[in-house]
Order: sequence, then structure tokens, then C-alpha cells
Amino acid sequence: MRVFMALAMSITLGAGLARAQQPVDTEKELEKYRQMMSDPMSNPGFLNVDRGEVLWAQKRGSKNASLEACDLGEGPGKLEGAFAKLPRFFADTGKVMDLEQRLAHCMETQQGLDMADIIRRRFGAPGRTSDMEDLVAFIANKSSGMKYSAPLAHPKEKEAFAIGQELFFRRSDFMDFSCATCHAEEGKRIRLQGLPQLNKAGKDAQATMGSWPTYRVSQSQTRTMQHRLWDCYRQMRSPEPVYLSEGLTALTLYLVKQAEGGEIQVPSIKR
Amino acid sequence: MKTLSISALLLAGLCILGPARAQDAPKPDAKRLEEVTKAMWPKTPEGWEKRISYDETQAVCSQFRNDLPQAEFDKVRARELATIKLPADGKVMGDWKAGQRFANDGRGGTFTDRPMTNGANCYACHQMDRFELSYGTLGPSLVNYGKDRKYAAEEAKAAYAKIYNSMAVMPCSTMPRFGYHGFLTEQQMKDLTAFLFDPESPVNK
Ligand code: HEC
Ligand code: HEC
Repeated sequence: MRVFMALAMSITLGAGLARAQQPVDTEKELEKYRQMMSDPMSNPGFLNVDRGEVLWAQKRGSKNASLEACDLGEGPGKLEGAFAKLPRFFADTGKVMDLEQRLAHCMETQQGLDMADIIRRRFGAPGRTSDMEDLVAFIANKSSGMKYSAPLAHPKEKEAFAIGQELFFRRSDFMDFSCATCHAEEGKRIRLQGLPQLNKAGKDAQATMGSWPTYRVSQSQTRTMQHRLWDCYRQMRSPEPVYLSEGLTALTLYLVKQAEGGEIQVPSIKR
Repeated sequence: MKTLSISALLLAGLCILGPARAQDAPKPDAKRLEEVTKAMWPKTPEGWEKRISYDETQAVCSQFRNDLPQAEFDKVRARELATIKLPADGKVMGDWKAGQRFANDGRGGTFTDRPMTNGANCYACHQMDRFELSYGTLGPSLVNYGKDRKYAAEEAKAAYAKIYNSMAVMPCSTMPRFGYHGFLTEQQMKDLTAFLFDPESPVNK
């Protein structure tokens, strides 16, 4: 853990010294760092996995129930491989849902949890853990080593994909940005930050989606795709998008489709 | 596409015949799309009224994935050109040192920022001063920009206009329309123009 902090510090400080450094060297350093940090023993994201496991089995809420009867698509309580097939259509709600929406649905209907509290703590911060981040880390980890699949078999899944695609190219607001502004070309970067190409199926999308949820060193928190999209809309100078809204799930399905066949290794660790 | 050669048309045909591309998914129902978008941002945050836009140009650029047919291309260019306001005093050159600071500053304008003078963050996309290595590659390098244009007054005016509304030159450009949206002030745009065109600016050294 101490080594880990020291590394994090040197990366942060490194950014300030960019003027004197070669961009290529920075990239090499980051690669070395990424390899070291995918080790479960030094990745703090696995603390979330452990907390998530406890939360999953714990009886809570007004119905004093655990989440063990929650159906994430593979049958009640079945976690292996469930994340690899999300977002997907759920007949009981008539909606395409991502993992966080589905968890929220189970927390509300099966446990009777205080959803305002769950949503208030949707993103962890110093001194505030997030049930969502913990549960997502735990459940997604049960798909590690598996591959994303998004057959888009149901008409609602096809519709969600098409909506996600439109949102990906939707230019708006103060800066005229869309996701495509930063993620529709190969090998581009913003400042020194490499930008994955996400509008086409292939290795960029696979490597990207296969590594979420991830422990963000810069934020000292494990983050989910809902948070990533929230942060990209923030950078786009859009107003804050509503957590668990249908559009974010549609975008996620669009991205997962481009990442189909990519291997999941999570929680990963990133800048 | 502006002018499609026969070989480009053939290539496009081949892509369609090739493995089904995700890109080719049919468009969603327009009303459903609007409903979903509305639910992502159900209300306008206070003070954001002017910044939330989905204007005609944004709509057409989204629809055509930034690659406009000729007729739309001309329409957008004419519309955007008409929005440009050059400084009343006719001077487009400000203080290059202030311009250098804005070009480097990426703060301001997000939903977690408090109100402040927005940075321009040109370095996010452009190389400018060759000694600043933290630059992005979404836009072309602007090293020696003024020098290469012989510091001509007309060229400086064109650069000011480009910053004011990039789409008057290049419809659906990746580059934000900084003046049109009021993201940058007139003074900031003058300072940035000077950063590109002052012979003393590190851009031209
Ligand atoms: C102004 C530029 C910009 C825009 C617009 C933008 N992004 Fe990003 N995006 C970034 C940057 C920079 C990163 C890497 C950030 C980091 O690592 O801190 C990133 C990271 C990501 C990642 C994670 C990449 C990884 O390897 O982990 C995903 C997924 C993503 N963006 C999706 C989107 C989507 C979807 C949209 C539109 C809603 C979007 N982005 C809009 C700049 C942008
Ligand atoms: C999000 C990316 C982005 C940002 C931010 C950005 N630009 Fe650009 N810029 C581009 C792209 C892409 C082009 C090339 C296409 C075009 O001409 O619009 C360009 C073109 C230009 C040109 C014309 C270059 C030529 O070939 O003559 C100038 C001048 C310019 N930018 C200046 C600026 C300045 C000054 C800023 C900051 C206020 C800025 N840009 C911010 C992406 C960007």
C-alpha cells in the first residue's frame, strides 16, 4: 500500500512536469504502472469487492431481505457471467437495464431500502462508501475472465442500442461536444491523455469496457460506468445527467456492443 | 461527402456489403429519442439557460455524423458566418501573455466549477508553443502560426473569426464555437489571437 501511494504521488507530480518530459516516456511509465497495479494484492478495488460481497448477503431494508433473490438476468442469485451480458432487457420491468439500474430495482422492490440514501451515496468520497460501487465491483468481478456479449436479440435492446448511438454523436451545449468529438478517431489524444476510439468494434473498445469498474488512482475510489459517463458529460460542459437514467444505459449498451468479445478483467486500476 | 469519386462510391458500397457494421443500425424513433434525452436532463439548472443548446447546426452535424452533403455544408457555413462579431474597435490583437495563460487553462464551465472566467484550453487539441509538450492532437499544430502567415493583419482577423466561430470556416468542426456561445470574452479572443500572431509570442519562436 505504501509503494502504491508513492507511485500515485509520482504520477500526479509527473503531470506537472510534462513540459520537461517526452510524451512517449510518460506513456511508457504509465504502462509499467498499469501492469504492476493489475495485481489484486495491491489494487484497492478489491476492498470494494469484499465489501460488496457482504452487502449482497446482508439482510437490510424495511423488508429485512438480502439481495440473494435478485435476478441479474441469469436467474435469481446467479452472479457468474451476469455482468458480461448487461445491459439487457428484463421482462419484469419491460426495460433494458444496466447493472446499477437492476441493483436499484432489487434494492427498492426486494429489500425496501431508502433509495434516496443509496443515490446520495452513488459515488464514494473520503469518509463515504458507496453501496453501488461496492456491489458493482463484487458482481462485475464474477465475470472476470469472461467476454462481453450483446446479441441485441430483443427489440428493446435494438432500440436502446440505436438511442445510444444517437447520443454518442449528439453535439450540444456550450462547447458543441459529443462523445464522438473525443472518441471517434484512432490514436488521438487530449493533452497527453490517450483517447480510446469507441465508435467502432475493436481493441480500443474491448480494452476500455473490459476494464470497468476500475479503481481510479486520481480519485482514490472505485468507479463504475455510470460515473465514467457522468464525468465525460462534465468535461463536455453539459449539465449533470440524471443517475440511472435510460440514456446512460443506452450509451453503455452501445459501448458494450463495440466491446463484444473483449475480455473482462475487473476491478482494474487506472490513473 | 462533398464530391464523391466513383471509387469512393464503390468503397462505400463494399463497406455496406461487408460484415454488418454497428454504425449501420437504423435510427431510433425520433419521439422516443427526445423522451430519453429529456429524462437525462429533466430540468435546466439555474443559470444554465444560455449554455444548453441544441441548435440547428448541432442537430444537422449530429444527424450527418459531421460529414455534411454539399447543400447542408453551404447552409451551415452561411449561417455560422453571419454570427461573427468582430471587435467594434477593429483591433483583433490583445496581450499575447494573457493569451498564453488562457490557452493553457482548462478550468471553468463544468457543473462542478463555480462561476469563473473560463479557460480556453487550446492545448487540449493543438500544439502551440513548441516547448509546451503537454498538447493534444485533435487539431492541427499551430506552431509558427503567425510567422507562417507573415503576420498579415488579414490573417490575424481570420484567426479571430476562427476562434469566434470555427464552423463559419469548417462546418461541423471539432473545435468549439467559442465566441458564438459566449464561452470566451472578446478580450480573451483578442489575447488568444495575439498569442498566435505577435512576433514576440513563443508560438512564433
Ligand atoms: C472533451 C473530451 C471528451 C468528450 C467529449 C468525452 N470524453 Fe470520454 N474521455 C475523455 C478523456 C480525456 C478520457 C480519459 C480520462 C482519464 O483517464 O482520466 C475519457 C475516458 C472515457 C472512457 C473510459 C476510457 C478508459 O480507457 O477507461 C469512456 C468509456 C468514455 N470516455 C466514454 C465517453 C462517452 C460515452 C462520451 C459522451 C457521453 C465521452 N466519453 C465524451 C474525454 C472525453
Ligand atoms: C476540441 C478540440 C479543439 C479545441 C479545444 C480547439 N481547437 Fe482549434 N481546431 C481544432 C480542429 C479539429 C481544427 C481543424 C479543423 C478546422 O479548421 O476547424 C482546428 C483549427 C484551428 C485553427 C485553424 C488552423 C488552420 O489550419 O489554419 C486555428 C487558428 C485554431 N484551431 C485555433 C484554436 C484556438 C486559439 C483554440 C483555443 C481558444 C482552439 N483552436 C481550440 C480543434 C480544436
